[in-house]
Amino acid sequence: MLMRENCGKSRRGKKKRVRKERKRKVWVSLWQRTMAREFGEPGGVECSKVKKRTKKKNKKENKTRIVFSNILHDHGKGRDNPNRHYANNEIKTTKYTLLSFLPKNLFEQFHRYANVYFVFIALLNFVPVVNAFQPELALAPVLFILSVTAIKDLWEDYRRHRSDKEINHMDCLVYSRRERRYVEKYWKEVHVGDFIRLRCNEILPADVLLLSSSDPDHLCHIETATLDGETNLKQRQVVRSFIDQDSDFEPSRYNSIIECEKPNNDLNRFRGYIAHGNGRRDGLYKENLLLRGCTVRNTEEAVGIVIYAGHETKAMLNNNGPRYKRSKLERQMNVDVFWCVVILLIMCLFSAIGHGLWMFQYGDQRPVFDVLSPEGTDMSPALSAIYLFLTMIIVFQVLIPISLFVSIEIVKICQVYFIHQDSDLYDEETDSPLQCRALNITEDLGQVQYIFSDKTGTLTENKMVFRRCAVAGVEYSHDANARRLATYQEIDSEEEECTSRGGTLPRRDSVTSHQSGRVVLRSQSTKSHRRTGSRAEAKRASILSKHTAFSSPMEKDITPDPQLLDKVNECSIQPLGQLTHELSDIMEFFIALTICNTVVVSSPSHPRQKVRTRFELKSPVKTIEDFIKRFTPSRLTSGSNSSSSSSLAAGRSAHKPGSESALLRLEEEQHSARRADLQSAFGPAPPAAEEGELRYEAESPDEAALVYAARAYKCSLVGRLPDQVTVELPHLGRLHFELLHTLSFDSTRKRMSVVVRHPLTDQITVYTKGADSAIMDLIRPPSSSDTKSKRQRKILYKTQNFLNLYAASGLRTLCIAKKALSEEEYGAWLNSHLQAETAIQGREELLFQSAVRLETNLHLLGATGIEDRLQDGVPETIASLRKAGLQIWVLTGDKQETAVNIAYACRLLDPEEELIILNADTQEACAVLLEESLHYIQSKFLCDFPEHTARALRDDIRALEVPPALVHRLGLVIDGRTLAYALEGSLEDRFLAVARSCRSVLCCRSTPLQKSMVVKLVRNKLKVMTLAIGDGANDVSMIQVADVGIGISGQEGMQAVMASDFTIPRFQYLQKLLLVHGHWCYSRLANMILYFFYKNAMFVALIFWYQFYSGFSGSAMIDQWYLIFFNLMFSAFPQLITGTLDKDVSAETLQDLPQLYMNGQNSEEYKPYMFWMNMIDAFYQSVVCFFIPYFAYADSDVDLFTWGTPITTLALFTILLHLSIETKTWTWLNWASIVFSVSLFFTVALCYSASCPICYPPSNPYWTMHRLLGDPLFYLLCVITPVVALLPRYFYRACQGSVFPSLIQVGRQLDKLSPESRTGMLDQRAMCGAKLPLYPFPGPLPKDYNPSAQEPHLCKRWESTKDSKQPIDQLRPGPTPQVTDSKEADLNQSVPAASRDRTPPRSEDPRSKAPALPPCNALQFDPALDSPDFKIVNWIPSSPFPQRDSVPLMPLYACDLLSARRGQGSRTPNGPDCVEAEDLGSPKEGFLTTTLL
Amino acid sequence: MMASSYNAKEEDGHHSGASGPGGGTAVKSKKPDNTAFKQQRLPAWQPILTAGTVLPAFFVIGLIFIPIGIGLFVTSNNIKEYEIDYTGIEMSSPCFNCSQNFSWNSTTPCKCSVSFSLDQPFESNVFMYYGLSNFYQNHRRYVKSRDDSQLNGDKASLTNPSKECEPYRTSDKKFIAPCGAIANSLFNDTLDLFFIDPNGTRTRIELVKKGIAWWTDKHVKFRNPGGNNLNLTAVFIDTAKPVNWRKPVYELDTDQENNGFINEDFIVWMRTAALPTFRKLYRIIQRKNSMTPTLPRGNYTLDITYNYPVRSFEGRKRMILSTISWMGGKNPFLGIAYITVGSVCFFLGVVLLIIHHKYGNRNNSADIPN
Repeated sequence: MLMRENCGKSRRGKKKRVRKERKRKVWVSLWQRTMAREFGEPGGVECSKVKKRTKKKNKKENKTRIVFSNILHDHGKGRDNPNRHYANNEIKTTKYTLLSFLPKNLFEQFHRYANVYFVFIALLNFVPVVNAFQPELALAPVLFILSVTAIKDLWEDYRRHRSDKEINHMDCLVYSRRERRYVEKYWKEVHVGDFIRLRCNEILPADVLLLSSSDPDHLCHIETATLDGETNLKQRQVVRSFIDQDSDFEPSRYNSIIECEKPNNDLNRFRGYIAHGNGRRDGLYKENLLLRGCTVRNTEEAVGIVIYAGHETKAMLNNNGPRYKRSKLERQMNVDVFWCVVILLIMCLFSAIGHGLWMFQYGDQRPVFDVLSPEGTDMSPALSAIYLFLTMIIVFQVLIPISLFVSIEIVKICQVYFIHQDSDLYDEETDSPLQCRALNITEDLGQVQYIFSDKTGTLTENKMVFRRCAVAGVEYSHDANARRLATYQEIDSEEEECTSRGGTLPRRDSVTSHQSGRVVLRSQSTKSHRRTGSRAEAKRASILSKHTAFSSPMEKDITPDPQLLDKVNECSIQPLGQLTHELSDIMEFFIALTICNTVVVSSPSHPRQKVRTRFELKSPVKTIEDFIKRFTPSRLTSGSNSSSSSSLAAGRSAHKPGSESALLRLEEEQHSARRADLQSAFGPAPPAAEEGELRYEAESPDEAALVYAARAYKCSLVGRLPDQVTVELPHLGRLHFELLHTLSFDSTRKRMSVVVRHPLTDQITVYTKGADSAIMDLIRPPSSSDTKSKRQRKILYKTQNFLNLYAASGLRTLCIAKKALSEEEYGAWLNSHLQAETAIQGREELLFQSAVRLETNLHLLGATGIEDRLQDGVPETIASLRKAGLQIWVLTGDKQETAVNIAYACRLLDPEEELIILNADTQEACAVLLEESLHYIQSKFLCDFPEHTARALRDDIRALEVPPALVHRLGLVIDGRTLAYALEGSLEDRFLAVARSCRSVLCCRSTPLQKSMVVKLVRNKLKVMTLAIGDGANDVSMIQVADVGIGISGQEGMQAVMASDFTIPRFQYLQKLLLVHGHWCYSRLANMILYFFYKNAMFVALIFWYQFYSGFSGSAMIDQWYLIFFNLMFSAFPQLITGTLDKDVSAETLQDLPQLYMNGQNSEEYKPYMFWMNMIDAFYQSVVCFFIPYFAYADSDVDLFTWGTPITTLALFTILLHLSIETKTWTWLNWASIVFSVSLFFTVALCYSASCPICYPPSNPYWTMHRLLGDPLFYLLCVITPVVALLPRYFYRACQGSVFPSLIQVGRQLDKLSPESRTGMLDQRAMCGAKLPLYPFPGPLPKDYNPSAQEPHLCKRWESTKDSKQPIDQLRPGPTPQVTDSKEADLNQSVPAASRDRTPPRSEDPRSKAPALPPCNALQFDPALDSPDFKIVNWIPSSPFPQRDSVPLMPLYACDLLSARRGQGSRTPNGPDCVEAEDLGSPKEGFLTTTLL
Repeated sequence: MMASSYNAKEEDGHHSGASGPGGGTAVKSKKPDNTAFKQQRLPAWQPILTAGTVLPAFFVIGLIFIPIGIGLFVTSNNIKEYEIDYTGIEMSSPCFNCSQNFSWNSTTPCKCSVSFSLDQPFESNVFMYYGLSNFYQNHRRYVKSRDDSQLNGDKASLTNPSKECEPYRTSDKKFIAPCGAIANSLFNDTLDLFFIDPNGTRTRIELVKKGIAWWTDKHVKFRNPGGNNLNLTAVFIDTAKPVNWRKPVYELDTDQENNGFINEDFIVWMRTAALPTFRKLYRIIQRKNSMTPTLPRGNYTLDITYNYPVRSFEGRKRMILSTISWMGGKNPFLGIAYITVGSVCFFLGVVLLIIHHKYGNRNNSADIPN
């Protein structure tokens, strides 16, 4: 019964992952049989027997899919086809059908409470006793709103339908049972179980199991860009059992049964079994599955059987539409909508009570004007009060802004449109504009307070450039390469300009949307390629390659380090056995670089065609040995390998003849002829130009960089097959490594290994490559104390030092190690590994353990430093975002040193900042560290009270809104382990307290889960708006947790993009997206929402006042038509225009003055009190609009509606003028919309009152408007009422603009200036390091301080010096370097030994080393590059005044509080300026210094 | 009004639209068009509200409003108006008896007369109004209680009026014409004005009862059923009179042009007043010639046929004699309002001037590029 248990277990395991699907009882038994057999144990049959008996009862157990060939069962006759239950390939992403549209759409719309409310009110109107309007009319607004939404939905659905149709009608070749050949069919006619023939460049119509490929290696290459955005080719293998079949695959002979998982959305997993007629079974893996939406490349033809079709394909299951988030503003708005409801109820209650009392005062005597109920019955005051309450709800319904919801949606769509259209957010290089995936959180962009950023690929380009390496304890700095890179940078930028000017854009298909529509897009492009032929294709591919990360010349051409090249040459002229340890290490190092990866080689002339050079390795060991023996002498004598390689080529008869190989051979000969010259010259020209035509495509850019690096030393990867790697080595020619295993990279192990049979030594060799932390621990410790191990230890020590050094200069470090296995060891491991591979349960876990078992006792070969270059404009963007008051946290998986240095490079950390480094090994240590950091911060900043207030004063804008915790000039660095402790419940708060008072936070070595936990913590505990930005799959969780998730459509696939709300092509675009669009969207919407509340309240209050004069009877003087259409028609357009187009400050100023962004952060446009202020203003205005006509018409013969119409008109005028006051930018659209509104009102009113003398009871407005237009009183009212109504607001705005202008208003004044004077102004600020004189001064001022008198004076002085840089330069040699040096010295002494011990040993003492480092070009700010924005960056007062002696040295706490001096004294561009300003000795020095600090 | 300067610098965003990838390439770039609209660079006027920029507006408003106000005030003051309350609440009032005894059920009319004297002659046409106070003609259910198509002469509605007329729709199993509460509560006091010569003779002053309703009401909105059929009695034969009425609708006046639904008193009444205290035009006293005033100064008697009870709702009844001007009846409010607002604006303008002087320098220094 063990087996029985087994069966159950495996099922349970599956149950978890597998989606629910229809039950298929018939196949239960079969499944059970196959399952049982799959275990391969004798008990299997029993198990199946047992199960057979209970098959009927166990329907639920059916958790797999069984696929038969459709050849056996005619699909046309359906009935008996076993696959008939599976979804066919027709996709239908539409929500509605023609019939279901109305009910379904209505049903969906009624999920909105607002809609239900309005329908309720409309229905209430049908009750005669409470109705206020004509029931039919009352339905109008609701129907209008519903139909607008319905039309929108319908249109969207129609678009989906069209794209579906297009996709469904794409062609593919399907094997026809009747015709016994492949016939063209539409995609939608494809069924599960069909055989499909795929040709090169075709898109896969469904998830297909690969059964045959024209590729001699039984491979099929696919490009998965549409699924995950990765443009490199992926190999897929033919199902193992079909590899062995020699003849071509013939569907009619296929009689196997496939059993696999139920459809699920995991792109990286597929498991199943194929059972053949002869009883043979084979496992199916994701390598066998071709996914829908991918493109077949490099493979002439492939045949497969459809496993999942249509909606059950993995691509479709991953398709989960746009996301719905509710923005902060909307949440706030909903609170106020609730208040509106309260106000409404109060008003209704008031009216109801009033009506009751009014009725009551008449007692039994019924006045003639008090009409009985329609039934003719008398109503008691109480009853009629209750009825009236309901009536009033109808009358006052406008108070709940029905159109607000629709308007907001419209405005947001327009905003999204404009963001899409911004050409500044468009990246020419990749032809990718910004994409908004979430349509309803545009305004959240303007309120972000915390940014959580990934590092790799987000801040950096994720273009890896090989920079340095250390082999066998010797460092090769590759200086020439560094110089070359420096020149590349310049060329690059020039090229960019050229392309942008030339306008011929290289285009790369980028994935535009998640919808299946993109499949069409792709197919079209592919089709066009097919048509235009191979040339176009080649061109496209070259473009493609040009823009893939891994093949730009920068990364490809590596100038070898002369020293290392020497050594490489040296080892190639010596016999292999006699190599010194160092030289053999060097050899092995390069071999490891070349083969320890998953890089695919493709050839130049046939893009995307892999190089096929295959040797039949029947007995590789022998032949290679022979080969070595044979050729070593000749090599020695000739010094050239031309003969060897040619004889190799000639000698291998199995070498498939092909043009490529011939070509290569030829090239090689040319090469070797030239090599002598090259070697003597150590010229920088790598062989890339000729043979380098081979292109490498790697899944990770690091790998490609390493392979290219190795190629620079003539160790080039020539070909890669599943079981063999071909490498060309200098003087050895081509070697074929038998690839035994590839233990692929995973983030837990942080390393990958390949197991090969070394052709030279015939040893089983493991090459491992991985993060230094992962590798260094696995190095075999030198045991004895003989010279060898001593040397070994020394190498280890040195390498560790170099690793630290690399990390300190911001390089990504990798360690390369190897291990030789004896056959027995290998055999033992292989055994267990095979078990793991074939295990059914926990296969991943077993494989992992197996890999760990193998990767031990390694021999260290060397280490590499790869640079991940910063993206353009990242430091500037970060500086500007920080000035905007955004807290930027970087969460990265990189190691601490690398992360810290990148942080310095991108100005996230400032050299002047102190750094708190938290590294703890235990929970307690973490607690202590946090506690002490907190103490330190408090003692340093908070307790120093005068200092503190001075800070508040000088932090000019920040002081306006004193944040709960002041942000200090501190940087926090925390590593993953400590973070894990800090995120635990008890320490959370302390961690946050520390982190929030630091200006920048850097979390290193953090896992994706930690990233999201940090974001969640900050979001929930600090109640702030968070933005997460990242580009990789490891950022997805963080992006999803944050309020705003931004994906970078970069190198690392599309997962982040799919999860994000917005997608930008580059990090630097974040600046404009947030500072400009975010600000605009926020302020537009905030103002619009407030205006809406005001407008509705104002209009409704008019009627409320009237109740006092109509016996609280619910009577309205405003015609019901006006009442209902006022919001929908007359006053709707201007606010939409303003809400869409209004710009309070121009884009330029917003970017020049990032402080303006704080406006949104602090929700200054829409604070809770503003709602009430608006309400009060609304009530005031309505009082004016009501009582001026009231008194003007008091005791006159005016009738109800002749009096009410002017009030409507006045209200309209007042409302429009109110909007005019609030409108900041008047384009012709604003004018047009207002003119349109007014004329629409009069046109409608005139038509309405002329249309019908007896209609529209009870108002019956016949000729009312016409008479009014002839009445001078009407015009007199129209003039005076809006003036009186808007006087307070207008006056207040004017005063505010003068007396206490908001920052925004200051920005607007800056806008007014001519561009020159504006930049002059900003420059001045920069020069003075002080506020502009026009700035309002927050907080108390020095009494005798007169800004207008003194500051311009100061600035003037600066202007005079501005033109000639001379005086500045003279002043420059200030105390900065000295002070820093001395301080650093102090620090180094003051850091207690204990704290050093606490840091991990390998990162030991980086700070004493770091300053001595030669400056790294990549990290050093090019001064020329820096100077243009130099001023803008520095004029913000919050930039530091670096070394004031008042800064106390930190106390000697156990925690690692470090000053952030890292020897970048030259990176303090702001220093001199500030010093100068102080040196100026202005009369108000006290003020100046405070602003400077 | 506001600070104005057109932002010309942004107009350069205009040229373009076609600056995308060069012609010939079939591949369409996703690059957004560089148009002023799409790049949000439409030329715009950006007023900034500060004391300095707003200041002129306030003075201008002040300067315009004060003269208008004075004009209005003078005009209003030139209007002569005389009002007399004849409700008869006080014991001393001649109509006290009538008001005490009268109710809707009374069959015999009660008559009373009130004497008054005009100190000043009324020169131009004099409009005679009756005014009611505390009468909620704007009550929601009251306002609805009518059938416009019936009043428009629709025969179908005549015999089957709208449900809105309930409970004044039927009476004695006949449909009421005109139906509804408004018609039912028609004001039915009769007012007659006599001039008492110094020698004691009573001269009846001719009161014109035509032309008091809106022309469109009289000629378009209200029509008798059966068109110009003079025999109104026959037309209304199947209908009942409103409950409170003494006589049916076809007996409102002897003049066929002013009888039935097109009776102007009736039409005026049917135009429901906006506020609970209102007046309605009753008669017009036409000026005879330019030499003599329409109503010379002296003593007058108002004879009232007291039919309309208001005591139950503490209403008041008034008779108003008034001349009118271009801006309607006597109402000093608007003039005062204009003068006040003008003054306030002027004052605020001064305040802004001070603010501008105190704080405006700063803005100027910002505006002036140095």
